[in-house]
Amino acid sequence: MQQVMTRDEYRKYVDKVSPNSRTLRNTLRAFMVGGVICVIGQFFLNSFKNMGLNQETAGSVTSIVMILLGVTLTALNLYDDLGRFAGAGSIVPITGFANSIASPAIEYKSEGYVLGIGARMFLVAGPVLVYGISVSIIVGIIRFLLKS
Amino acid sequence: MRETIIQYINAFVAGGLICAVGQVLIDKTKLTPARILVLFVSLGVVLTGLGVYEKIVEVGGAGATIPLTGFGYNLAKGAFRDVDKYGLLGAFTGGIRATAAGIAAAVFFSFLAALAVKPRAKT
Repeated sequence: MQQVMTRDEYRKYVDKVSPNSRTLRNTLRAFMVGGVICVIGQFFLNSFKNMGLNQETAGSVTSIVMILLGVTLTALNLYDDLGRFAGAGSIVPITGFANSIASPAIEYKSEGYVLGIGARMFLVAGPVLVYGISVSIIVGIIRFLLKS
Repeated sequence: MRETIIQYINAFVAGGLICAVGQVLIDKTKLTPARILVLFVSLGVVLTGLGVYEKIVEVGGAGATIPLTGFGYNLAKGAFRDVDKYGLLGAFTGGIRATAAGIAAAVFFSFLAALAVKPRAKT
């Protein structure tokens, strides 16, 4: 015998189930896209190492190339589309950091070259640098104190 | 060849997992993307300070260094290296020294992009 739900029960059921399935879908997408971006990074890293660069230099050049990629896709208006699909998969990689700088720089161009482009590009990157740098200084000081 | 394939798979899984964690935080908490990024970079610094992130990088390769936690990893690694070399001053010079290429590139390329691209009309 088939189970019958009233409309009310059905609505409750949908409310209960759909946020989770949406999260699952979003998480899978973030996993896939984030993974692919990192594979691209690994490809560049390996290529630069094969060219004879040491680990650290190869890492820096890889960062520059990935950032160039992120800025270019932002300028071509493609990174937004990727972001709508991938969510954190496009936000968390370094290409997303590049996007967080390029996107407001372009968007606020009309407010001028100094307070538009110059100031607004740090809308998200600013906080990232403030906290990243500050915490790294604290960690460095702790290291110094533990050593001496 | 086999090793390279494993390396790529590890990068995919590690990078994918880190991004998946970010997505769960966005969906399940009230954290905005900007807060996620701040959290991830800080977490990367702290985990590196505790010696944990180095192990993730050993396995995940670019899968651990490309996400923003990897930016924190480079900040902390640089701070450590400079502290070992120059003492207390190193805590101030190391982080930015190690991440200079990325920061400079992001600022410069974004500036060029803003000069070149017309802002699009909001739809």
